[in-house]
Amino acid sequence: MKNTNGLNAKQLAFYALMIALALILSCLEALIPPFFAVPGMKLGLTNLVVLIMLYMRGAKSALFINAVRIILVSLLFGNGMGFIYSLAGGLLSGIVMILLKKAGGFSIAAVSVAGGVAHNIGQIIAAIFLLNTASIAWYLAVLWFTGAASGAVIGILGGLICKKLRDARLFK
Amino acid sequence: MKKHGRDILLIAAILLIGGAIALILLLSRRQGAFVQVRVDGKAVALYPLGENAEHEIKGVNGGVNRLVIRNGEAWVESASCPDGLCVGMGHIRHIGASVICLPNKVVIAIVGEGADGGVDAVTGQ
Repeated sequence: MKNTNGLNAKQLAFYALMIALALILSCLEALIPPFFAVPGMKLGLTNLVVLIMLYMRGAKSALFINAVRIILVSLLFGNGMGFIYSLAGGLLSGIVMILLKKAGGFSIAAVSVAGGVAHNIGQIIAAIFLLNTASIAWYLAVLWFTGAASGAVIGILGGLICKKLRDARLFK
Repeated sequence: MKKHGRDILLIAAILLIGGAIALILLLSRRQGAFVQVRVDGKAVALYPLGENAEHEIKGVNGGVNRLVIRNGEAWVESASCPDGLCVGMGHIRHIGASVICLPNKVVIAIVGEGADGGVDAVTGQ
């Protein structure tokens, strides 16, 4: 059951499932009112999918899913500006998580914490260029910690889900 | 415990760097002199922080933010953008602090003496 891309039906189903999950999670996240105390803080639920892909399928698949979900989410719910912010945050956090996983010795939760911080750094860098101002750097101090906190929540969840997926032996 | 050694090291490093950034920003803050308004990267207005006033700021795509300056503090009272995050960003008074409205591309920042002082001097804008 190999198609031209070398994906078998099971793998294809897994990718499709993960992208669907990412879309549902971003939809769900859009329903949560923005945290008034810290504007810009988000739980980053879709990062859960990237994290699971990284650990179940490896770096390439994680980057691929990350790119697809950023494009799809921007097309469906976002605007042009949002796309650049998501891309900057998503790419930087994806790369940091891949490198940390490659380095070895870190748990999923710790990798996710670093990814959460990297995501917010990426978004602030994007904002500095898009808004042509360094004033926003002030904001990094706050987003640094909110990124770490949401990364921890996502990382713990991701670790549990990866374990369940492995136990179920549905994939791999 | 050994199993989580690298995890603890990584998280401690992240928290330490974050704390250092917060500390540097906190220690280096000074009361500002002016409120600088930038739309789409261009400085469009400069208001003294010491004078109570209210201004309508016209952002891109017809968006509007209502800026209030009172008692040495500046904040956005209301805005046309859907999320209203700029209103939630609260009151600012120290150099480098800012209120930002992404949809309208409006940046309201506190600057020091001299029109282009403060943090923006770093970027050479």
